[in-house]
Amino acid sequence: MERREFLKKILKWIFILIGGGLVLRLLSVIRRKPAPIGSIYENYDPTEHYYAMGIDIEKCIGCGRCAAACKIENNVPKEPYFFRTWVERYIITVDGETFVDSPNGGIDGFPPLGSEKEILRSFFVPKLCNHCDNPPCVQVCPVGATYKTIDGVILVDSKYCIGCRYCIQACPYGARFLHPKTRTAEKCTFCYHRITKGLKPACVEVCPTQARIFGEVKPRNNPLARFVRMHKIRVLKPSLNTEPKVYYANLDKEVT
Amino acid sequence: MEKLLEQLALALKEVTGYIYPNEIELHWGLLIVIYPYITGLVAGAFILASLVKVFNVKEVAPTYRLSLLTALAFLLCAPLPLLAHLGHPERSFEIFLTPHFSSAMAMFGFVYAWYLLVVLLLEIWFEYRKSFVIWSRTEKGLKKILYYIFTLGSMDISDEAVEFDHKAAKFITVIGIPSAFLLHGYVGFIFGSVKANPWWSSVLMPIVFLFSAMVSGIALVLFLYYIITLIRGEKIDMKCMDKLASYLLYAMILDFSLEALDFIHRVYESEESIKILSKLLFSKLFVSLLIIQVLLGTLIPMGLIAWTKIIKLPSELRRVIYFISAFLVQVGIFTTRWNVVIGGQLFSKSLKGLMTYKVELMGTEGLLVGIFLLLLPFIILYILLKLLPPWKEEAEPVKESKEAHV
Repeated sequence: MERREFLKKILKWIFILIGGGLVLRLLSVIRRKPAPIGSIYENYDPTEHYYAMGIDIEKCIGCGRCAAACKIENNVPKEPYFFRTWVERYIITVDGETFVDSPNGGIDGFPPLGSEKEILRSFFVPKLCNHCDNPPCVQVCPVGATYKTIDGVILVDSKYCIGCRYCIQACPYGARFLHPKTRTAEKCTFCYHRITKGLKPACVEVCPTQARIFGEVKPRNNPLARFVRMHKIRVLKPSLNTEPKVYYANLDKEVT
Repeated sequence: MEKLLEQLALALKEVTGYIYPNEIELHWGLLIVIYPYITGLVAGAFILASLVKVFNVKEVAPTYRLSLLTALAFLLCAPLPLLAHLGHPERSFEIFLTPHFSSAMAMFGFVYAWYLLVVLLLEIWFEYRKSFVIWSRTEKGLKKILYYIFTLGSMDISDEAVEFDHKAAKFITVIGIPSAFLLHGYVGFIFGSVKANPWWSSVLMPIVFLFSAMVSGIALVLFLYYIITLIRGEKIDMKCMDKLASYLLYAMILDFSLEALDFIHRVYESEESIKILSKLLFSKLFVSLLIIQVLLGTLIPMGLIAWTKIIKLPSELRRVIYFISAFLVQVGIFTTRWNVVIGGQLFSKSLKGLMTYKVELMGTEGLLVGIFLLLLPFIILYILLKLLPPWKEEAEPVKESKEAHV
């Protein structure tokens, strides 16, 4: 009988130890704190920046260098179904019809205009993640794997993303895709690895006509602030109140 | 990955108009159609059960336990399609550990756990506790042990204790009704709150989901009750069937009115998206929405049941009509889910083009997995019915008294 009591006691303590350990482990997971900013960024203070991009439609010649550079810089799958940035061509005919295409995101250029109809206007629209100030993708992520950085860039933590694709559904601009290899959500980062070192995003760097202007929203002495001052600005789908931070100059009403 | 690329290459050829280049891949496929279908059945079956407990509809009492078990069988399967479609299923627990509270999807863990543990299991336990105690005495072998475990050590079956069970079950049902609303309303909210998607974004979405859930749940229990009673060789309780059919009809009228309201509202407001949505409706969704969902899945069963209400038909004919209607309703509700989930992804957010979706046969999101996930709840239900037979209790007291005489 004594032995039985003893065994019972041991069993009880084993249960308490395992149970307690599980509870503690759970608590530590729940309460894990983000690392301090200083340990993430070296020699860079994100609180001093707030990034945005300007795009001048009149300057874009549709060469597609931006989309090509982006794929190389960011290891985006080369297949024509995955883009962090792409260029659309709009053709508006005299009778008011709109044709849009973006073969391979514009990387290989655009085919000659096949239309017999008389053309009223034609122009190119580079597209990318709008790094919205009120981002629906961040709102819907069930685990918080996609987030807005202090300097206003929307990023995805690919080690944390569960691949539910809700963010892809929530993005009104089609700026996200699921990486076929990592099976996590992917998108434009404004080349975060470059801009935090003081460089420009790859697409801006290679643009031959400076149709893309990268900079900051607040300081007046910077290229983007100047761009916003000098042009009438439109954003994409303003009615959705996503507050995009990609500012378009000379954008047509047909663009969606 | 190679297979995905092949599929995307094929899908690219099917595109009409202009779509954003990232939109060629359809992200929520067959499995995400099955998920709201299954949770809808759970919520619907539970609400039917609550008719007995809370609203004292005596006629449908024979289906009370069956409804609860059906709800449980389907609820157990509800997370599976979600899990299978994740890019990283092994990280799914993050939803529970670090939920992002602004995300409707993050609430899944809580809503699910609440519904399973607090509502359904508890109600079933209170409902069956007396039977568990009796069975743990009368059964033999493994079953005896199992029932003993199910009692959780609560062996008191005095009248007072059983009375308390009934009260507790009723109380849980009262909590359960808003919970069932929450469970499926929340699924509707996941879609209805996506402002980027004009096909989904609608304040009516959670409510439409709810009523279609009731429709599908009632129809499923009617269907199961009919089949199980036939298999058991028992007499079908026509009063129960008539009542079930009536409730099915009422729920369908409400559901159809709401969907019609949604439709009229869209057409009347005629927003930016109306052109592409009407194109979608009359091309890609013509068969699945207009023919199957509206005609076969709604109007015909509604007409059939209404016919039995207007003209007195012999009970043999009536129950066949109910059976056919219930089956059509299931097909209809499944395509309703299809039209919401898949339909919402067949047009570009540029509102300038349409895509296609083809279900593959193999693969984790393929047809075979889909069929398996739809059959699994029935297999679980079969096991549950064997373990917790809904019809056995009535026989027990007689048996006991016999033993007493011996």
